[in-house]
Amino acid sequence: MISSQRRRVYFDHSATTGVLPEVVEAMEPYFTERFGNASSIHSQGRDARAGLEDARKEVADLLNADPQEIVFTSGGTESDNLAVKGVATYKGKSKGHIITTVIEHHAILETCEFLKRYGIETTYLPVSHDGLLDPGAVERAIRNDTVLITVMTANNEIGTIQPIREIGAIARSRGIPFHTDAVQAIGKMQVDVKADNIDLLSLSAHKFHGPKGVGALYVRRGTKIEPIIHGGGQERGLRSSTQNVAGAVGLGRAATMAKRDLGQATERMRAIRDQLLMKVPETVPNSYVNGHLTRRLVNNAHFRFDFIEGESLVLQLDFKGIATSTGSACSTGSLEPSHVLLALGLTHEQAHGSLRVTLGRENTQEEADYLLEVLPEVVSKLRAISPFSAERPMGPGEGGGCVQ
Amino acid sequence: MAVYSEKVMDHFANPRNVGEITDPDGIGKVGNPQCGDVMWLYIKVKDNILTDIKFKTFGCGAAIATSSMITELAKGKTIEEAKVISRQDVANALEGLPPQKMHCSNLAADALREAIKDYEARQAARAGA
Repeated sequence: MISSQRRRVYFDHSATTGVLPEVVEAMEPYFTERFGNASSIHSQGRDARAGLEDARKEVADLLNADPQEIVFTSGGTESDNLAVKGVATYKGKSKGHIITTVIEHHAILETCEFLKRYGIETTYLPVSHDGLLDPGAVERAIRNDTVLITVMTANNEIGTIQPIREIGAIARSRGIPFHTDAVQAIGKMQVDVKADNIDLLSLSAHKFHGPKGVGALYVRRGTKIEPIIHGGGQERGLRSSTQNVAGAVGLGRAATMAKRDLGQATERMRAIRDQLLMKVPETVPNSYVNGHLTRRLVNNAHFRFDFIEGESLVLQLDFKGIATSTGSACSTGSLEPSHVLLALGLTHEQAHGSLRVTLGRENTQEEADYLLEVLPEVVSKLRAISPFSAERPMGPGEGGGCVQ
Repeated sequence: MAVYSEKVMDHFANPRNVGEITDPDGIGKVGNPQCGDVMWLYIKVKDNILTDIKFKTFGCGAAIATSSMITELAKGKTIEEAKVISRQDVANALEGLPPQKMHCSNLAADALREAIKDYEARQAARAGA
């Protein structure tokens, strides 16, 4: 049994992960003896270039891509921005149409919103109550001026996996570039850009045990795309700026580790996670699973608890040494709860009481048991403070808007 | 995630005066479950003094901490003294609140005023009867 207060249990791997020792070891020389600029012609520059190109190959191998199709960026958000803006505004286009979903990451949603002012329209497709997109809806949304389809591989909150292969096939058959934000998927499931009909794919190193501040965009050869950062023309002109060689090397090594450990790590996580999905609703009254039960990332469990609010729950679990997160508005500073949970058809009240538990390769069965042990106690403690209960349910809000 | 002061964390972890009063002299209900914060405040008044005060709150860390704090600030005060306790007073007593929490979760002073209003209405009804 884990003694409470002392030991820390980390169940927030969709927020970020720790860097593997092998990754740190691979990066270290590139801060010191191999510090050169990868664009320099001298020996130090060539050393740095060699490290950068090895890393590019490692990332390409993970995705079944060619190294020339990998563009290093500063992370998932930049990759998403580059994919959407770079394709939608190619050669100064100021008209066009993008198809996406209502549950994308803000890096996609806000970028599409931004492009509206340049005359580019976006269709935001809804998802089912368990968080899945119907590929047929994508097909029906295609217009003559559709320039990009972007659908995430797996959702960052509820972990649901979208049918990207089918969506990619639809896009390919209509000659429309298909982008997928695979930031959460990499390291948790197989993604093959060729088999999955992907033209552009975003990934971020720190979500799979690499360093923060580095990511990549896969750009299939022949894809019409322009840079959003202009300058010295690095990364085949698509991403100017002196390359972050140490970061790229870390990303490359993390990719190799992810490829090597994929089957083994995911099966372990799936076994522990499945138990959480089954046992939490059993042990805590008035609790439910959000999102599809099986078509979700192996490391994602997402729950909601009636009568309590998510941030309080995260704080109470933190007192017990367990790190989790929530889709509650109260934790983000916005007044609206998670757009993803609302898209599932949950009411605001329901969405406020949600909890995300995301596993990593190092989590153990014992840690999951500890969560199952403390969760009922912590939920009861908050319910004892709450004015609401099964006998006295929350009515629809009497007030109007939430802005005070 | 908001970063809370030690005082907020203390009141969140060990909230004071949680509960309901079975025969209260006034009840204040504020907030909206849609917004993620609801507070119910119960008061007992004797000789113009708030002799007992209890709360039930649905909400984030700040919502629970401000609820707890107002019970400490108001208990033993006269009605007149309690009426002038402001949202800012509650925040100050908690050594500050994160900016985004000042509005959405700082409902305790409003709940107290509502409870006092309810008490005064009951008094007026009784005097009129």
